[in-house]
Amino acid sequence: MTVLSFFNYWAVIVLMMIGYYCVIVRGNMIKKIIGLGIFQTSVFILFISAGKVIGGSTPVLRDGVSVYSNPLPHVLILTAIVVGIATTALALALTVRIREAFGSIDDDVIDAAQQDDEGR
Amino acid sequence: MNITEIMPFIVLIPLLAGPVCVLLPGRGLPWLLATISASAAFILAALTLGSVFEGETLRYAFGDWPPPIGIEYRVDAANAFVALLITGVAAILLPWAKPLVDEEIPERQGSFYALFLIALAGLLGITLTGDVFNVFVFLEISSLATYGLIAHGKDRRALLAAFRYLIMGTVGATFLLIGIAFIYILTGSLNMVDLAERLPALGDSRALQVGLGFIVVGLAIKLALFPLHHWLPNAYTYAPTLITTFLAATATKVALYVMLRFIFDVFGPQYSFTALPLAAVFMALAIAGMFAGSWMAIFQRNIKRMLAYSSVAQVGYMVLGVSLLSLAGLTAAFLHLFNHGLMKAALFASVGLIAYQAGSLRIDDLRGIGRQMPWTLTAFALAGVSLIGVPPTAGFISKWYLIGAAVEADQLWLVALILITSLMALIYIARIVEVAWLQPRPDDAPAVNEASWLLLLPVWILVAANFYFGLDTRLTVGAASAAAQALTGGALEGLLP
Repeated sequence: MTVLSFFNYWAVIVLMMIGYYCVIVRGNMIKKIIGLGIFQTSVFILFISAGKVIGGSTPVLRDGVSVYSNPLPHVLILTAIVVGIATTALALALTVRIREAFGSIDDDVIDAAQQDDEGR
Repeated sequence: MNITEIMPFIVLIPLLAGPVCVLLPGRGLPWLLATISASAAFILAALTLGSVFEGETLRYAFGDWPPPIGIEYRVDAANAFVALLITGVAAILLPWAKPLVDEEIPERQGSFYALFLIALAGLLGITLTGDVFNVFVFLEISSLATYGLIAHGKDRRALLAAFRYLIMGTVGATFLLIGIAFIYILTGSLNMVDLAERLPALGDSRALQVGLGFIVVGLAIKLALFPLHHWLPNAYTYAPTLITTFLAATATKVALYVMLRFIFDVFGPQYSFTALPLAAVFMALAIAGMFAGSWMAIFQRNIKRMLAYSSVAQVGYMVLGVSLLSLAGLTAAFLHLFNHGLMKAALFASVGLIAYQAGSLRIDDLRGIGRQMPWTLTAFALAGVSLIGVPPTAGFISKWYLIGAAVEADQLWLVALILITSLMALIYIARIVEVAWLQPRPDDAPAVNEASWLLLLPVWILVAANFYFGLDTRLTVGAASAAAQALTGGALEGLLP
């Protein structure tokens, strides 16, 4: 039980915090989307790491193997990845439209433009 | 065919009709298909509620894979009640909204109605499923469709509202996924019933607490529980009328339902409320939301945004009922969940008619409009009376039960807070009535005609429902207490401190 035996989980936490920080702090929409992607990916790693059984083989039935890794997390994460891609695609599409409508993808500039709209 | 076998079609009909809708040309056919499938789902949901009213549970395993291996739909009074609200609101709003959608979204209506059906299917899927990963997937299906629908708004700020909702919504859904990861790692199961059996055996652990915390916070974002409500006012203000009305009546309700399902069924109230101080947190945030939402609503210049802030306050009432930790409180929460759906649908629908006829939502532009659109504004005022909670309306019934639950829990000070926030609701509704009826129409204001009776009729049906369910409470109170019973299984006794 060394620190290194939890390497995956350390990676998850570091990635999660990087992504989350990026979502909150960055004003640029593309950077927000990148942060969101990193944040989601860290959760995927969390799931997949949990599926590994130490000493377990790939989950394909064959002779001489009795311990298999758990395939279910991979299947779940396959679904979650699809969801993540759909989210990223939609976010990027919205960003393109926002750029067309406001002429910027930066929060501060857009907020200023929005203030003008309120005045109308 | 018995009811267990046709129950999954409540979700499947809109889910299958959605992709077909994309392919349909023109303006009539997509709308017709959407209306028919929403109505069909409504009929099935009503049949389902009828058969679980006495406390039965319907279980349907997909592909005959027995749970907990396979995914099952599990319906008791709690989710049948929510499903009836969602499909009912959709079935009333879709026929009504055709002219409004024609004006707001002139092109490519096929994809618009397809997104609507997919959002509907997603919300129904969250409601009916008995599998926690399925909840996440359906939550994302409905959310993604919702972001697209909000971005259809005519104002360019709709795009920004959709983007910001997307960021917050995805963070919320990912939090839910993290929570599910923790309970999956601890138990190796995703089935709600199976989890409910396995989790108590594990005892308390930090991992389980973290899992519960992530799930509650993730769903609180979707629920727009104060202070996580920032996405809501903009999203509701700039979305197309049909979408605002539909979301206001259903989306936050589904998030509340699924949060209760996790807290009461999966983790069990004994664990949830002792491992984390959820009752105290819920109560504090609910009260803060009731006051902040009502306060913000009073000062809005846009009538749609005013109602959106009012929704934040109303979510507070529901969560307050939950935080009382009693069967009466939970019944009040479910009752308000349904009744608030009815009143917000009526309010946003009448505001939609104002926008359609007068072309403006600024309260300043509505001066004297009551005399030009008397039927619409009367509907708004009567639905507002229900929002304030005056007898004999549905809003009165839910506040009556909420106050009853507060008295039962010996928290008399809550009664005073509920009354104060109701008076704040009176202020913002009365402000609209004053502007619309008592102020003269400016001379330079454009002439406005009353909406056609075809548009008025569904709005008045919703208003009439508000009064009907204020007088005849057998269905609502019966279903709400059956829902509370189904969630807790009567396990709340002895939990109060």
